[in-house]
Amino acid sequence: MEIEIVHAKSGKTLATLQNLAPSATVLDVKKEYKKLKPHLYIERQSFRSEPRGKSLKDEDQLRNIGLDKGGKIYFKDLGPQLSWTTVFLTEYAGPLVIYLIFYSRPALIYGANATRTRAQVVNVAAACWTFHYAKRLFETIFIHRFSHATMPIFNIFKNSMYYWGFAAYVAYYVNHPLYTPPAFGDRQMYLGLAGFLINELGNFSIHVALRNLRPPGTKVRKIPMPASNPLTWLFSLVTCPNYTYEIGAWLGFTIMTQCLPAGLFTLAGAYQMTLWAWGKHRNYKKEFKDYPKVRKPIIPFLL
Amino acid sequence: MLVLVIGQYMKTRHHFGIFNEVDRFLYVFQTAAVLEVLHCAIGIVRSSVVLTAFQVTSRVFLVWGVTYSVPQVHNTIGVTMFILAWAVTEVIRYSFYTFSLFGTVPYMLQWCRYTFFILLYPIGVTGELLTIYTSLPRVKASGIYSMQLPNKLNASFDYYSFLILIMLSYIPIFPQLYCHMLAQRQKIIGGKMIKKTQ
Repeated sequence: MEIEIVHAKSGKTLATLQNLAPSATVLDVKKEYKKLKPHLYIERQSFRSEPRGKSLKDEDQLRNIGLDKGGKIYFKDLGPQLSWTTVFLTEYAGPLVIYLIFYSRPALIYGANATRTRAQVVNVAAACWTFHYAKRLFETIFIHRFSHATMPIFNIFKNSMYYWGFAAYVAYYVNHPLYTPPAFGDRQMYLGLAGFLINELGNFSIHVALRNLRPPGTKVRKIPMPASNPLTWLFSLVTCPNYTYEIGAWLGFTIMTQCLPAGLFTLAGAYQMTLWAWGKHRNYKKEFKDYPKVRKPIIPFLL
Repeated sequence: MLVLVIGQYMKTRHHFGIFNEVDRFLYVFQTAAVLEVLHCAIGIVRSSVVLTAFQVTSRVFLVWGVTYSVPQVHNTIGVTMFILAWAVTEVIRYSFYTFSLFGTVPYMLQWCRYTFFILLYPIGVTGELLTIYTSLPRVKASGIYSMQLPNKLNASFDYYSFLILIMLSYIPIFPQLYCHMLAQRQKIIGGKMIKKTQ
């Protein structure tokens, strides 16, 4: 049977594939198309049943999408792609390096008169920041299981500007020679630090729990549930407790450093994560009819 | 909105005077323009919320953040230019919206809306930029809206640099807005012209 590949936007016929069986999958179509256009690697190809429809999954069989006797399939080039791992490593390595430059080489940033005795909290803050991004790098490599292999290349510039920009912004003020330690002294520092550490642990617990939800090599989707670790009990109240903990950690950091730029960074992150949480919450509710009604997307009872 | 339209008519009659006569109207009505964003959001006006919010923000910023905050610019040519450009634009725009609410818009009004901007936009922008530029020395000298280290919040803000950044932002933004209006003109009036001759 004959499959005609049509450009989704222009309607032009791009190619015709002859040797596909009705049981062939979208992935087979992609592989065949790649043979014709070698520069279009599989992750860059998107096929739809309708010109403006949703992207079909690789596992979808042609006979299940109405193409058992051949027909038209619509193509979109997603553009150059990068693996999520590449993007995340770039995004997270930047803030680590940048903050440590401000911390360990103040003369480079603030001029030769920069060195002066540092408040204890500045050292603690540097340790926390380093821990946070080292943890993220570790999780990217060993913990997370990604649904999609890649994302568009543009994202790496946009995301890196955000992470690296804010890293420089926060690092500049916390490590500044004229930095003012928190108003309530050590008590405030320890309070912020405790908050930071508990929330980091919580965030990590959730990431591990989500990983265990999905057997290796699969794209299974299940409803996450509270487990034996008390930090996972937040699942009973929110869809994305990892985001909740992340906001909590940065709130702790902000309290510890009493630094407005850190607060703005927390706010920006909270805003973005709230949008993501709402999206995930909506998807879960669509996919699972029995999704727990008491759960909110990101803030218990509120948001 | 009708109240705003009447208000704008009053403003037009006054704008040939000096700033002192206009200032109260300017403050009240440009600030009231915040309502425009609401109107777009609830749908009684068919405009993009984002674009409208953007324009209202920039107007309110210019009125309060620059003109009100730096009294020395009041009698400069820049201020007169943007007040003039805004006033004429608003009369046309609000009349256009009002008629839209009733259902039909006289072609003449539509033509004005999508033609006058060709001159008014550059005049307004020039006036705005001149005003900001003139305010700079005073901003630097007075340190208004600025915060320096050390302080309890461990943050700093330099209003002078911020204003310069705003001026620079006109470079990418103005062509985009202008071209958008030109494209709209093509779509709405260009199309009409073709229909008429057929």
